[in-house]
Formats: sequence, C-alpha cells, structure tokens
Amino acid sequence: MKRRTMATSLEDFSAREIASLQRRIFMKRGLSLGALTLLSGCDVTNHDSVQKVLKAMSRWNDGAQAWLFDPNRLAPEFPESAITRPFPFNAYYGVEEVRRVDAGTYRLEVGGLVREKKAWTLTELYALPQTSQVTRHICVEGWSAIGKWSGVRFSDFLQRIGADTTARYVGFRCADDYSTSIDMPTALHPQTQLTLRFADRILPAEYGFPIKVRMPTKLGFKNPKHVTALFVTNEYPGGYWEDQGYNWYSGS
Amino acid sequence: MATVDQNHIKIHPLLVRLTHWVNAFAILVMVASGWRIYNASPLFEFRFPAELTLGGWLAGAIQWHFAAMWLLAVNGLIYLGYGIASGHLRRKLLPLTPVAVLRDMRDALRGRLAHDDLSVYNAAQRAAYLGAIAIVLVLVASGLVIWKPVQFHTLGVVMGDYEGARLLHFFAMAALVLFVIVHVAMVLLVPRTLPSMFTGRVKIKGGTT
Repeated sequence: MKRRTMATSLEDFSAREIASLQRRIFMKRGLSLGALTLLSGCDVTNHDSVQKVLKAMSRWNDGAQAWLFDPNRLAPEFPESAITRPFPFNAYYGVEEVRRVDAGTYRLEVGGLVREKKAWTLTELYALPQTSQVTRHICVEGWSAIGKWSGVRFSDFLQRIGADTTARYVGFRCADDYSTSIDMPTALHPQTQLTLRFADRILPAEYGFPIKVRMPTKLGFKNPKHVTALFVTNEYPGGYWEDQGYNWYSGS
Repeated sequence: MATVDQNHIKIHPLLVRLTHWVNAFAILVMVASGWRIYNASPLFEFRFPAELTLGGWLAGAIQWHFAAMWLLAVNGLIYLGYGIASGHLRRKLLPLTPVAVLRDMRDALRGRLAHDDLSVYNAAQRAAYLGAIAIVLVLVASGLVIWKPVQFHTLGVVMGDYEGARLLHFFAMAALVLFVIVHVAMVLLVPRTLPSMFTGRVKIKGGTT
C-alpha cells in the first residue's frame, strides 16, 4: 500500500472538501443519484422521511456506542518508533489558513456546570502535572496516523475546576470557529488529555496551538484544536461537523 | 421436499426467501455507501465512480452504512439462526468435499453441469453459498474493528489492527461483489431459478402446469 505524503494528502483533502461543500449544498434536501436509483420512484417527501430515518439511526448509533464504550479500556499505545512522520494536517480549511493564536493574550475560558469559572493562562496550564501518550489518531475519512501528545489529564483538569461530572456533555469552542462536544464518560477517560505538546514540542500551530483536546477513543474530528473555551452542560451542544450530519458520538 | 401440489415442490422456505431479499437490499446499501466511504481516503490508486455510490458525501454515506449494518446483522442472525436450528443449512449446503467442488466447477465451465433438480445444490453452488456466508462474517468482523478499533481491539489483533482490518474489509467486499456478479450471471443462465426465489416453488419435471 502506498503511503501518501502529507502534501498530496492536503491537496486531496482541500480539493475534496471544496467539492464536498459544493455537493453538500446540492444535496442538502436530498440524496445522491445512487440513492435515487436505489429507491427508484421516491419523491421529495420520501427524501425527507429517508433523512429522518437516517438521523434517527445515527442517534440510535450514539446510544449503541455509549453502551459499547468501556471507560476502563485503554486505546493501544505504540513505541515512539511507530510515530507517523510527517503527521498529516487536517482541518475544515487548508494548512495555509491555520489560525495563529497569541500566547500572551490567550486564555482558556471555563464555563457551565463548574465551580471555578476562572480563565486559565498558558503559564498556569504548563505548570500542571503532565502525561504523554503515543496513540493512533483515526480520521472519519478512514486514514490513521500515530502521534505523540502530552498535556494535562482531562479528568484531573475537570476535577480541578470543580466540574459537575454527573453532567452529560463537555463542549468545546475553538479559535478557528470550530466546535465539538463529547459525552462525560469519554471526558473522564484516563487517556483524554488537555494537550499542550506534540512530539515533545510546544503544540505547533497546525496541530492546534495552544491547546488541543486529545482523545484516542474518538475519531479525529472529535479532537478539537485551538480550544479557547470549554463548558460542562446537560444541553446537547452539537458541533461543527456534527450539525452537518456526522455522527455525534463517533467513538473508537 | 414438501410437495405444494401435484406439479410443484417447495424448495425455498418463506424465511429463507425473505432474508435473502432483505440481505440483497442490505448488501447493496452497504457496498454502495462503503464505496463512498472508501473514496474519502482511498487505499489504492483509484476511486469508485460517484454515480455508483450512495450517500452524496462522506457523512451521508456513513449514515447509510451504519444504518444498514443493523439490517444486515439482524437479518443475518435470523437467517443463520433459522438455518442452523431447522437443519436447512446442513441439508442444503452439506456435505461438501473439495473433489466434488472441483468436479462440478469443471463441468460448469464446460456447460455440462446438470441442474434438473433445483431443490438440490451442486457442489459448486454449495461452496459458493457457504463462501458467501463466510465472506459476510469476515466483513462484519473487520467492520466491527474499523468501527470500534479500541473497544474491539482484541478482535483486531488477528487482522493486523485498524489498518489491517481496513484492507481485509476491502478485499472481503471485493470477494462478495465477485460472488454477486457470478450469482446473478448464473441466474441469467438458468432464469427459472429466479421466480422460485419469490414463490419458493418449482415445477416438477414433467408436471402438467
């Protein structure tokens, strides 16, 4: 199997994403030609009802995945020799549009069902106890890559801010206008990490400077980069891709 | 075989016919949406033509794939459960010897394979049908590893982890598509097998109607 270089993967990705955006506008109310062929004779109403069934099944799959999720099962860890170099860049925009966040003025805002709503500076975050992991990042597109991430264990951080861990969701907002949200059991998983470093270096911009949330038990798009705010809530927060039809739970 | 009337015998039980067509639909959805998912990050130097795929874009294809997987799995369990409990599978697909398979395949290629009695499968058919069942089982197992590589990590170890499971899933899909092509070609060669997959019955040779 030929391994794609980072450059081609990027070009592929942005070209594909633009194509898929255009297609998505076209597809908004309907299905593909393939589906039309498959369900021959169906009209617009049927499209809507098919969409309803698919959405309902996606929610059912959220439940099935939550049921399958074992909070004590760890994602496999790899030796550092297994790390994918260069590690692929991926976002909903091209690498040339990567957001540059100013370290000095940066604050991580913490809100929702937490006791201490103070904003965190990077210096304060770097001073917290750190852990590392070499795990496989799996993209919803199918490809995977192994990387090394270091930072604060997310469950420790939630404890530190006095989060209500009986709440259902943790939501994330990002400097690149991205957003996502996860279930509390995943937030409390021992490998879920408030990531500050990639490959032993301060997190580079393309991998989410200054903060990424890394969780090897979820697909890549559930691992937000450039996180500027997190909040604990019982109200379903959705997310950038999730609101467009990607399965919300998207667990591994 | 149960005799329906003096001129017909029943060769396919209702449950087998139902699960066959539900399975055909589920496989069609799984393959067409799977091709769309493949296209998002191709394993090889080609993509499937978009017109042959289902879902419109990656998220849509994933919705179809992960909806139809339940249909495939539940329907498959009903079929296998019934087939094993009733003895249908054993009766129709066994015994099977490699010698018989080779002999029947040779005969089939020479166009000499007899199929007068549609209620009895020849060895080549038995091998193909058992093979198709095995391929679907491999597809389900490798699919589970791709879907949940952490939760089903143990199952994935024998497949070479996540990336190995992706390759296995692809090749098992290719094998199943090959089976479907041959299967449909055989139906076209012996068209009277098709109505029996709906009615369950075939005319007895020499029957009056």
